[in-house]
Amino acid sequence: MPSLGADMEDGILVEWLKAQGDTVARGDIIAVVETEKGAIEIEIFEDGKIEELLVPEGRKVPVGSPLAKISGAGEAAVSEIAQQAIPVEAAAPAAPDTTAEIIIIPPSMDKDPDLRASPAARLFAREHEIDLEGIAGTGPAGAIQLRDVEAAKPAPPKRGIDLDAMRHAIAAAMSRSKREIPHYYLTHRINVEAAQNWLENYNRQRPPPERILFGALLVKATALAIRDYPEFNGLYEQGSFRTSQAVHAGIAIAIRGGGLAAPAIQNADRLSLAELMVQMRDLIGRVRRGSFRASELTSSTMTVNSLGDRGVEGVLPIIYPPQVAIIGFGKIIEQPWVVDSQIVLRPIVQMTLAADHRVSDGHRGGLFLNAIAEKLYAPESL
Amino acid sequence: MSRTMTYREAMREAIREAMNADEKVFLMGEDVGHYGGCYAVSKGLLDEFGPDRIRDTPLSESGFTGAGIGAALGGMRPIVEIMTCNFALLALDQIMNTAATMRHMSGGQYHVPVVIRMATGAGRQLAAQHSHSLEGWFAHIPGLRVLAPATVADARAMLARALEDPDPVLIFENALLYNREGDVPDDLAAIDIDHASIRREGSDISLITYGGSLWKCMDAAEELAGIGVSAEVLDLRTLRPLDDAAIMASVAKTRRALIVDEGWRSGSLSAEIMSRIIEQGFWTLDTPPMRLCSAEVPIPYAKHMEEAALPQVSGIVDAARKLVGG
Repeated sequence: MPSLGADMEDGILVEWLKAQGDTVARGDIIAVVETEKGAIEIEIFEDGKIEELLVPEGRKVPVGSPLAKISGAGEAAVSEIAQQAIPVEAAAPAAPDTTAEIIIIPPSMDKDPDLRASPAARLFAREHEIDLEGIAGTGPAGAIQLRDVEAAKPAPPKRGIDLDAMRHAIAAAMSRSKREIPHYYLTHRINVEAAQNWLENYNRQRPPPERILFGALLVKATALAIRDYPEFNGLYEQGSFRTSQAVHAGIAIAIRGGGLAAPAIQNADRLSLAELMVQMRDLIGRVRRGSFRASELTSSTMTVNSLGDRGVEGVLPIIYPPQVAIIGFGKIIEQPWVVDSQIVLRPIVQMTLAADHRVSDGHRGGLFLNAIAEKLYAPESL
Repeated sequence: MSRTMTYREAMREAIREAMNADEKVFLMGEDVGHYGGCYAVSKGLLDEFGPDRIRDTPLSESGFTGAGIGAALGGMRPIVEIMTCNFALLALDQIMNTAATMRHMSGGQYHVPVVIRMATGAGRQLAAQHSHSLEGWFAHIPGLRVLAPATVADARAMLARALEDPDPVLIFENALLYNREGDVPDDLAAIDIDHASIRREGSDISLITYGGSLWKCMDAAEELAGIGVSAEVLDLRTLRPLDDAAIMASVAKTRRALIVDEGWRSGSLSAEIMSRIIEQGFWTLDTPPMRLCSAEVPIPYAKHMEEAALPQVSGIVDAARKLVGG
């Protein structure tokens, strides 16, 4: 069970997407896990073959528990095939095989010694950890049959977002951030007229699906600028900071009905604007459906928080641990701006860096914000 | 393509075909020649094949069954007809101590390719010496193959397969089936004597049966369907060796088993089937397996009592309803 968030203690294996014996390659989605942040698809990081699924669907297990046994490519299978519940002779009938494997279920632990349940019901209940007590039997003399246990089996958690659990997770992460991280904040206002004009021109020549939103420019500009400021890109774990060569930009996405998630766009600095936009659209759609991958949730090396059109002038964001920086952008507002000693109206965006003072200082933070601004002044280079 | 004929005609045609195909094949038994067989299976065959190959025998089951075994040892392919399985007890010594053991006792030097046909079952008011179903006893004996054709097609096809077997094969023909009409496919090669057959598919309960009881189970399944119970009907076809895989597959699907067997209950074939279900299919079960067998009495002569002694459609329906519940 992978850790899919700083405060995750356990997860429910909701669904296996691969079966025993399947061959898997690095990056394949093999299972869906329910966490406080919703149902998340789990990738595999090894090539190989699934020898055994160790955790049945619906089981909650702590972070770190093995979920499946995988043999490496070319490696011979080591584990025995799981016990067959129904030994059936496939060949032409012969004398009964008295050596057939016998399944033993330990003596009943039923509190009610008169509880009647069929073998099929008991086996199913055991496999799915369902308590037979309290299930109304529909068999002869009120015996619990397989169909009764199947009906009593709790429905697997829906793939989607549990907003209460998400609120809990946000509370835990933000409390930890404010408790542990000495934030400092730097704010800078920039004129985005050039960026806006460039974007308008770009979009005018393209059909709606290919158009780019302003937010993508902000992500790209930040991702490019941060390359020169490695003390803002990386993770602070176990008392020390490790900078990251790659720039995986977490983008904070609000969820209708409350809550938010900040999954990553991998290597955001190396994507073209068009590629970045495609990925943002995909990510936003999936986050709102509650379907995102584990690696997307935990691989961010920094976060961009853009309030967008419906937002306000500015935001003082809170760092998402164990990251060390988050850049918040307010919405574009027409404001008085001095150009050539004249006061004119210009589209202005306020950006705020919240950074971890254990790792970086305000001077470098200011340079970093200016670097972002420079990128936005030259939008054609994005 | 297929043709419609009676079970009796199917048997006769199977014998005729075997006689034409192999001159080593001959038929012998009580009244099989001039009288045409007590169930008229061999009627007309004497004229067709002559007295050397359609042989009337004295009333001595031990004698002519032993002669058939001897002929088989000598290279012939005899078909021995015994009037009813009640009388086959007189030949039990020959069947069990000679036919079934010869391959073993000769260290594989001799085998006994004899086919022994006999009528079985009740329902014709023939009373307590002509009405019993003893196939379960014979199915107890290692060294024999025991067949119970229930359909006209099986009656037509099984004899040839039995004659191909290098070891003794017993064919139990439920006497109530002789007048039954059914379709016989032109291609008989697909009909084997190794596997049970699902005669009706269902999902709630497996009715496991053979021979004359098959049609009672089919009628019961139809009636059960009317009250929302989906019954699967498994025709065992071969009683030794039993097709365990087919039984377990059906029970694993329906999770309930009702065995319908015209034999007596205690120590019966149904008891063997039930044991195997418990041994091999226990964890697939939703209810205890149940049996419907004949009452443990000599089969009565009086019609109403005879009917009361045998498994009937209404009893099958009642038992199945109890098992399925709801």
